Amino acid sequence: MPWPGLLGLAILLGWLLVTAFGPALLGQDGADMGNADVFAPMSAQHWLGTDYLGRDMLARVVQGARYTVGIALLATLLASSVGTLLALLAAASAPWVDALLSRGIDTMTSIPSKMLALIIVAAFGSTLPMLIPTAALIYVPGAFRIARSLAVNINAMDYVTVARTRGEGRLYIMLHEILPNIVNPMLADLGLRFVYVVLLLASLSFLGLGVQPPDADWGSLVRENIGALANGSAAIIAPALAIASLTIAVNLLIDNLPGRAARGEH
Amino acid sequence: MGAQVQVQGLRIVAGARHAEQTIVHDLSFAIAPGEVLALIGESGSGKTTTALAMMGYARTGCRIAAGSVRIGDTEVLALDAAGQRALRGRRVSYIAQSAAASFNPSRTIMDQVVEPALIHATATRPEAEAKAVALFRELALPSPDTIGARYPHQVSGGQLQRLMAAMALITDPELVILDEPTTALDVTTQIDVLRAFRRVVRERRTTAVYVSHDLAVVAQMADHILVLRDGQMRELGATPQILAAPAHDYTQSLLAAARPKVREAGTTSAATAATAETPLLEVRQLSAGYGPRDKHGQPKALILEDINLKLYRGQAIGVIGESGSGKTTLARAIAGLIPPCRGEMLFDGQPMPPTLEQRSKEELRRVQIVFQMADTALNPSQTIERILARPLQFYRGLSGQALQRRIRELLDLVKLPATVAGRLPGGLSGGQKQRVNLARALAAEPELILCDEVTSALDTVVGAAVLDLIAELRRELGLSYLFISHDLHTVRSVCDEIVVMQHGRKLAQVARADYERGPHHPYYELLARSVPELRQGWLDEQAAAA
Repeated sequence: MPWPGLLGLAILLGWLLVTAFGPALLGQDGADMGNADVFAPMSAQHWLGTDYLGRDMLARVVQGARYTVGIALLATLLASSVGTLLALLAAASAPWVDALLSRGIDTMTSIPSKMLALIIVAAFGSTLPMLIPTAALIYVPGAFRIARSLAVNINAMDYVTVARTRGEGRLYIMLHEILPNIVNPMLADLGLRFVYVVLLLASLSFLGLGVQPPDADWGSLVRENIGALANGSAAIIAPALAIASLTIAVNLLIDNLPGRAARGEH
Repeated sequence: MGAQVQVQGLRIVAGARHAEQTIVHDLSFAIAPGEVLALIGESGSGKTTTALAMMGYARTGCRIAAGSVRIGDTEVLALDAAGQRALRGRRVSYIAQSAAASFNPSRTIMDQVVEPALIHATATRPEAEAKAVALFRELALPSPDTIGARYPHQVSGGQLQRLMAAMALITDPELVILDEPTTALDVTTQIDVLRAFRRVVRERRTTAVYVSHDLAVVAQMADHILVLRDGQMRELGATPQILAAPAHDYTQSLLAAARPKVREAGTTSAATAATAETPLLEVRQLSAGYGPRDKHGQPKALILEDINLKLYRGQAIGVIGESGSGKTTLARAIAGLIPPCRGEMLFDGQPMPPTLEQRSKEELRRVQIVFQMADTALNPSQTIERILARPLQFYRGLSGQALQRRIRELLDLVKLPATVAGRLPGGLSGGQKQRVNLARALAAEPELILCDEVTSALDTVVGAAVLDLIAELRRELGLSYLFISHDLHTVRSVCDEIVVMQHGRKLAQVARADYERGPHHPYYELLARSVPELRQGWLDEQAAAA
């Protein structure tokens, strides 16, 4: 793998470790308001300063990693795989299956995503296990659209026709003939979609539908501390950098996955 | 009147700065004013690259590294960007292979034909239009006075190609570059276009460069032929000398590949002995088409009508026709890809279900289809080994040692080295891909192979080798073929019988014994007459006869 890919992998692994062990290692409670000032600058005691309530920012970011990395990554993976599988099914099946799936998903797209989230949260409550499928559901149509347009093109190729005249089943055609030829653009799409999910989580938190205070994902951390933007406090820069580093790392890794270059893409 | 063209030590390189590869090696030649030089060679031989360099142009990724190109008194390679712009389209013009891709579909033909004259301000608009109409007439286009008002999609492919020639000639260029201008056309159209090109080139005494892979076409057009291979000049000589006494080995193999050759099945006298037994494939009153069906079960676009066909075991039947004649649809209907709306198919005396879903694995195995474009017929993400292994596992349930052995046998059968097994299709040449394509069909051990234009996308020499292979496999394995092609040469060389199709109907069926003996259906005669022959003066004879 070229070095940008390794860099991406290293950052991603770093954040995964932080997610798993960070809070325990840090030994500092992100909920403790202590006696520090609001928006205190970086210091030996508070490495990243404090937030709008005087809580330790490093602890907040480390705790937020659990939500952002966990929820966003899982939701994105879920959305992309469900979208891709449905798209493969649509492309390899009879026209009416395609029409049914495509129009059904069009209908879903017509509901504004925040409203859809609102309805789901209202119906099932705002718990973490619910947030993941909610975010995934909102991004399935996008993944489906892209995967379907790619899969329909591949489906028209002669080698798929040959497989069909050989008598291959639908599953074989979907998974062996079409999927390997659309997986690269779908991975690139996954990288982009991940960024959107992080943003969605932040906006859901803003509406009070996402991660509930006092817990906060990185998006919410940026929003909570937006008041400090004017004086350049670390309280807003730290979570923003965390989001940036994670999304860049995911995209670096995906763009440099082994096999992508070897397949001779032009 | 054309200009004298002199090319000296032309070298063109491609690739990144530090890993440049030379794709045209120190080429030198001269063209006398008013003469036509043909550049001939297979794909990748550098013939188009050389032709483009005559305008001082190199495609993206390529660079003219050294040499000189003189047109008249101008050193083309020394010109700056403005000088090149003034040269191109004015003194040197270019006719591309696909006219359809070279015309803007949203503007009228006249707008586009007079454009070079207006850009270079050689004429006012009314003068240019008058000149364009004169050119249309010279190029034997129908209704020359009004054809300019049409849009590109309102004329045929052959007409568009001639209109493109009018566009190129409107500024009275000193040098015209024709890049495979008839390759994409049907044979009957090609002959008209060739005739029109030849007349204008002769009458105007334009110097021309004619790029082609087809030696028979070149023989009609060129005064001199330059044979290129791997960017190197193999031979340069006058057309009669090249055709009659080629000096270089490669030229000889080109000539051999272009000559009609009969590839008979040899020992199997299938065509004669078989008439008593049940045909392997019988097609009865078959009609098929595309689109939704109306209440009589008739599809919206009916492509095939009332086709009857009998193919005996060991026989090869050629299906020939121009684009749109329904020949590919016939193959697809037999393969089960398009359910026919009427008629039936019998395989070995048994009725064959119309759709893929209704056919059993065994029925599917016995008929295999091989497509024209080997590029799209092989899954780019699977290795050759996996591509060949799948039908073996699927139909025969082979695995382990037996599977590996069979894959090696198949590669051997199509004359590919065992080392290609580990490669992806992207690492193979066009001819090798087509062999893998054939090997995959053979893996199923079929009784009938449907070949859809299998050599059309290949170079002459490579295509001839694939045809040899097809004939050999038939001899060794007793296979039957339905061989679809637009090229009568190809069909004649491998098939025992020829079915002629036009507008979705079968017009005639001609047995091998009668290929040379008439009388035949007039359309077959027309097709036969339209295939260029490998000798000079053929086109003139055709013109005299017509």
